[in-house]
Amino acid sequence: MATWDPFDGMETLRREIDRAFERVEPQQFPPIFRTAFLPGRAAREYPLVNIYEDGDTLHLEALAPGADPASFNISVAGDMLTLSGEKRRAAGEVKPEAFHREERAAGKFVRSIELPVEIDESKVKAEYRNGLLVLSLPKSEKAKPKQISVQVA
Amino acid sequence: MAEKTVATTGEKKPATGREATRAQERYIQPPVDIYESPDGLVLLADLPGVGPGDLDVRLQDNILTIQAKAKHAIEGEPIYREFDLVNFFRQFELSDQVDQGKITARLNHGVLTLQLPKAEKAKPRQIQVQVEKAAA
Repeated sequence: MATWDPFDGMETLRREIDRAFERVEPQQFPPIFRTAFLPGRAAREYPLVNIYEDGDTLHLEALAPGADPASFNISVAGDMLTLSGEKRRAAGEVKPEAFHREERAAGKFVRSIELPVEIDESKVKAEYRNGLLVLSLPKSEKAKPKQISVQVA
Repeated sequence: MAEKTVATTGEKKPATGREATRAQERYIQPPVDIYESPDGLVLLADLPGVGPGDLDVRLQDNILTIQAKAKHAIEGEPIYREFDLVNFFRQFELSDQVDQGKITARLNHGVLTLQLPKAEKAKPRQIQVQVEKAAA
């Protein structure tokens, strides 16, 4: 007959609670609440990115409204992409007491993203469109999928 | 709570919000900065993904409405997602201290800048103080 171990029981309970929250969370907080638009205020990664795949190219879209286009610094090493830049405060000369509302975050940011494949650094293109930083990241030669033809005997 | 950007009269009317029953799409409130400049108020709103044709700023009955549709910049097979672009909607109640005919809007790099100039009567006026010479 097995003896009851209180610590084992607590561990089981903890795991069950964890599992219950895991299950509930995605429904309670639809994507929009997890990705609310107040960037930088909380300790969260900035900018938020979406990655798309289109044949031999990856496309990345970063949410960075109001950044100074000249401040962007994009570097790629293998499959590691680093984005940095600066979003300026409304205007340097505005006194703090002149603000009625200040909800937009500002400051410098840097983020490194590990991409699923290696990128050809020399062909990366970047564009800043309507507050979205759009990167075109062609896959490197060795990361491209190869078609293997099947020989019929 | 109503979004009051400038000193308004005491009457409270619910200026903001959409009718929940009619909203077919999801809307979020864009974050804004509002500050005072010598000439009036300046409103900055972050509207990423919004092109000039997708933005609607209108003023009716002292209510300023900002409405915009955000679009993703890329088509393709999504493989990793951190954010979604939805529509923006936010309303502000203006007082008559703003010269409503002179409001200008500019959209640059996903940031809307609205200049709300002060009405003439709301501008501070310096009043000269005359000093009478004391009787000798």
